[in-house]
Amino acid sequence: MPPAEIVSLRAHLKMRMRALGKHVCRLLLVLCLGGFLGATLVRFAPGFGVDEEELDSRLSRESMEAVRQSQELNGSLAGFYLRYLTHLLEGDLGISRTLHEPVRQLLAERFQETLKSVALGLALGWAAGLTLAMTVAMGRTWFVDLGASLVTSTLLCVPAAVLALLFVIVQAPGRLVIGLIVFPKVFVYARNLLAQTASLPHVLTARAKGLGSVRVLLWHVLPVAAPQLFALAGISVSLAFAAAIPVEVLCDLPGIGQLAWKAALGRDLELLVILTMIVTLVTLLANTAAELASRPIHGGEA
Amino acid sequence: MRRVRLLAILFLVSVAAACLMAEFIAPASYAQQFREVPNAAPTRQHLLGTDDLGRDRLSRLLYGMRVSLLLAPAAAALSSVLAAVIGGAAGFVGGWLETGVMAATDLFLSLPWLFLLITVRALLPLNVSPITSVVITFALLGCLGWAAAARVICADARTLCASDMVLLARASGSSGFRLLWRHIVPNLRPVLSAQFWISVPVFILTEANLGVLGLGVAEPLPSWGSLLRELESFSSVTAQPWQFVPLVLVIATVSCFHLAMQEQETWA
Repeated sequence: MPPAEIVSLRAHLKMRMRALGKHVCRLLLVLCLGGFLGATLVRFAPGFGVDEEELDSRLSRESMEAVRQSQELNGSLAGFYLRYLTHLLEGDLGISRTLHEPVRQLLAERFQETLKSVALGLALGWAAGLTLAMTVAMGRTWFVDLGASLVTSTLLCVPAAVLALLFVIVQAPGRLVIGLIVFPKVFVYARNLLAQTASLPHVLTARAKGLGSVRVLLWHVLPVAAPQLFALAGISVSLAFAAAIPVEVLCDLPGIGQLAWKAALGRDLELLVILTMIVTLVTLLANTAAELASRPIHGGEA
Repeated sequence: MRRVRLLAILFLVSVAAACLMAEFIAPASYAQQFREVPNAAPTRQHLLGTDDLGRDRLSRLLYGMRVSLLLAPAAAALSSVLAAVIGGAAGFVGGWLETGVMAATDLFLSLPWLFLLITVRALLPLNVSPITSVVITFALLGCLGWAAAARVICADARTLCASDMVLLARASGSSGFRLLWRHIVPNLRPVLSAQFWISVPVFILTEANLGVLGLGVAEPLPSWGSLLRELESFSSVTAQPWQFVPLVLVIATVSCFHLAMQEQETWA
């Protein structure tokens, strides 16, 4: 390899490493701030510190006082967050107040389930959405476009929880609901993007020169649209995780969505903040990966 | 397409009018129980039947739609105002304020929306009244839903600040609040209006999700979420298809919002 190319390669690698370093720093900062913000919102939300046990008339005054004192131990926001960070660095996520089990164990048991649901939902949503978007954008058949638009518009108007309920009624696998939530968003965005790209002058020239639809799509449309499709992929991860809550609750899937709901009903502050931070981390990682994946394409274009 | 938009607007106006006149149209109060006819099929007296507590479904639907259709726009207005203040100020002032606001919006957009919402909503006091629960639910939606809109408004304000029109105004001696009030804010109105109309159906659907999960508006006050929650008793739904009426209305209303605001979406 000529020395000039080696220098250029080194500079490129250095630039990539710097970009990666920046992303990691931003990720850590957002994560810390996100956790703190989550804790702050929870701490100052009306009703913080109210325990169902306080309504139990069988408890004596001493027991009631003990319950209140245990609430006050978690009361200081800074104290709670500092304690949480210290324990986190030691690998201790604490014990769930409502489920009386170590949070680490709960996460180990349930995170896999959610990952399975989310991965299947994303795969289905993207496969259906992108395929249909490519068919509509390149095929230019109005009845496919109309049919797909009607289906996606209807799906966009149905709350995720109701879709999950309908799946329970017809006894269909609940995991598919996440796919149905991701699908319309992917389709609508990808169709508009591909249609816009397909009307660019270089694509029109390629068509005019007699190139087939598949070749035009693979060589001239998808490479241009790819960075934005990668960005959409990052966003769809967050969408799928959000949809996991109602789906897991209503379809009785033991994942972290159901765990978050149970923790919310039981006012389990520590568990909720940990869950929020974990999902934030996954979302940020997905967005960072999407951004980094789209860079070589940008570079190639440049 | 214009005709479809007009039809959508007409539908929304009729639904809103029906909800606002619920006192006159509804055959009973939303909480009144006809204990002798629980789970009744549609009759002349109860056009959509009754629920398992004997409450008239049509009345609950009308009052429930009123809660959602009045408070979702209120929450959207709150989030739009927050977005306008935060995003507009960041775009106008620029520099460190813009950097800080953009970092804050990044942070808000990274936080899983539904996770954050159920966390805060679930920490409400146990003995909250239905009216308080309604106000808190929609206030939370409004307070947590400003980030995406603020980003758009900030970008728009920044573009406006660099425009020839504003440059000319500055050259004419206009600055500070006057520049913001007379030249920037009026030009941000279309974007703000678009953000408002986009938020309304989003908040209706979010409230419905929270309601189905049992974290929305407290009983006996109905809302779209609590009405849809009745679908949980799925064994009876197959025998009582009229229970799907709230779902059909949610789909129709949100679809009509999407159709009516197609022009607005181009601004956003």
